[in-house]
Amino acid sequence: MTTTSTPMTHTQQMARTARLIRITYIALLVLALLAPLLGLYPVFVMKLLCFAIFASAFNLLLGFTGLLSFGHAAFFGSAAYITGWLIKSQHFTPEVGIVAGAFGAGAIGLLIGLVAIRRQGIYFAMITMALAQLVYFFCLQAPFTGGEDGLQGVPRGALFGVVSLESDTAMYYLVVAVFVACFLAISRIVNSPFGQVLKMIRENEPRAISLGYQVDRYKLLAFVLSAALAGLAGSLKTLIMGFATLSDVHWSMSGEVILMTLLGGVGTFFGPVFGAGIVISLQDLLADKVGSWVTVIIGVIFVLCVLAFRKGVVGELHTWLERRRKPVH
Amino acid sequence: MEIFGIPHQAFLGQLLLGLVNGAFYAMLSLGLAVIFGLLDVVNFAHGALYMLGAFVAWLLLDKLGVNYWFALVLAPLTVGGLGVVIERLFLKHLYKLDPLYGLLLTFGLALIIEGVFREIFGSSGQEYPVPELLQGATNLGFMILPIYRTWVVGVSLVVCLGTWYLIERTRLGAYLRAGTENAPLVQAFGINVPVMVMLTYGAGAALAGLAGVLAAPIIQVNPLMGSNLIIVVFAVVVIGGMGSIMGSILTGLGLGVVEGLTRVFYPEASSIVVFVIMVIVLMIRPAGLFGKEA
Repeated sequence: MTTTSTPMTHTQQMARTARLIRITYIALLVLALLAPLLGLYPVFVMKLLCFAIFASAFNLLLGFTGLLSFGHAAFFGSAAYITGWLIKSQHFTPEVGIVAGAFGAGAIGLLIGLVAIRRQGIYFAMITMALAQLVYFFCLQAPFTGGEDGLQGVPRGALFGVVSLESDTAMYYLVVAVFVACFLAISRIVNSPFGQVLKMIRENEPRAISLGYQVDRYKLLAFVLSAALAGLAGSLKTLIMGFATLSDVHWSMSGEVILMTLLGGVGTFFGPVFGAGIVISLQDLLADKVGSWVTVIIGVIFVLCVLAFRKGVVGELHTWLERRRKPVH
Repeated sequence: MEIFGIPHQAFLGQLLLGLVNGAFYAMLSLGLAVIFGLLDVVNFAHGALYMLGAFVAWLLLDKLGVNYWFALVLAPLTVGGLGVVIERLFLKHLYKLDPLYGLLLTFGLALIIEGVFREIFGSSGQEYPVPELLQGATNLGFMILPIYRTWVVGVSLVVCLGTWYLIERTRLGAYLRAGTENAPLVQAFGINVPVMVMLTYGAGAALAGLAGVLAAPIIQVNPLMGSNLIIVVFAVVVIGGMGSIMGSILTGLGLGVVEGLTRVFYPEASSIVVFVIMVIVLMIRPAGLFGKEA
């Protein structure tokens, strides 16, 4: 492939890749900003972006810290309920509802994290799942969650009491703004010294300990951040769809976010966004056509991903680009 | 007569119910522990296999008229056979990878199995009658003892202790334990480890299937019966630690009883008591009650 051009130095190649990535992101942002004009159904795109935040938050933990949580629905769902309850029953404005939801999820994340980080690997996954089930039962029985019905008909209200979010366009741009903020925040976290320590813990935990890092504190902070961002996604979801139900806290939701991340590419920035896009589109496309076969299809994708596609779409793309770039011997 | 202010009939009744649940916890966590020991896979599909056992029994009776006693043998064999197929088709490709992939793969399998059954049979439950021989109850004077529930506890105790004996006291069990410690070395001694691994997964699946058949007459047979149970069983496994066979059995039975007693004294908490105990155990003894690692 490099027959026409002179061989580039490594730095030049890096710069070229970085520029390519930047151009792609800008193009995607422009696409996102223009989406309502292009005739894309705004509620669908909002739902997609919302789950993209959720999956990116989850990836902060799995991809960049190496912890597989099987209980992220607890944060997504409890924030959905908190926001719904505050706005519907207590008549707060949406921004208060969203911030409170994210903080609430972060607080629950702190409690669950304190217990779960006492074990590693497979046990960590099982513990987070069991604790998330605890949250599920709480949401089922608590007096203010509406039990089996959930919270229905949550109004969107007006942002800061001024900007009405009842129109899908206004709501859409709020969601895009929150999504961009989250995406930048996550990439800032991952590229900070703190993020470097997280990666070290992922790669070699005993070594991090021997270097004097208080590994548990780093893991806990990563867990809380991930929980709070997952909560932010849950809060937005309540606002977009107007309801919070038990399916938001159910273990199958924890499974879905794992699938989105795995399918898109664990440990890549854009993978979870892409994965969320595929899964949400699939559900949207198939829901009224195949009924509960959707679960089966999700299961099949899970199995295929684990067996043959562990790097995910974006991960495979990276590998492919790397291979192309290498000089041919 | 009253025990702690509760009529003793109700108290003993709940105690037996707790023991029945504990018997299922014990059988399922035992299977999980055996599979994890040799394969390093946390089998999320265990709940789905348990459901499958119950459904095979129900289908045998409903479609072919095959009674409970044959189902007690045929259903675990079917589920065990499916387990062997799963191991050969999927799991054997994952042994060199992080154990988390095993969990994710079996999670996907559980979704597939459950989804298929929900599509065919719907979410509502199917009745499975208690076999004639085990119907009714005996009056022991101080309590009425339902025969079928007693039978379930008895069978599962025999099966659990039998499995313990097989693993801890026989030559085959010695191979299995050696394989858990160091598979390549066992292979070098001329034991066919891949076949042993395959049969172990099959046996664990069959154990789940047997639990399903035993459960069929007690609860409604429905596609979601496994996934609700498996999360509790995960908590049981975390509490007990997966290192010890006897530990799994004791923890399972014990937690069933605790759950039963909670239902007597504070019913609202009965669905979460196992999770709360898990939190307490993790705080005091992170490796679990019978766990080996520090």
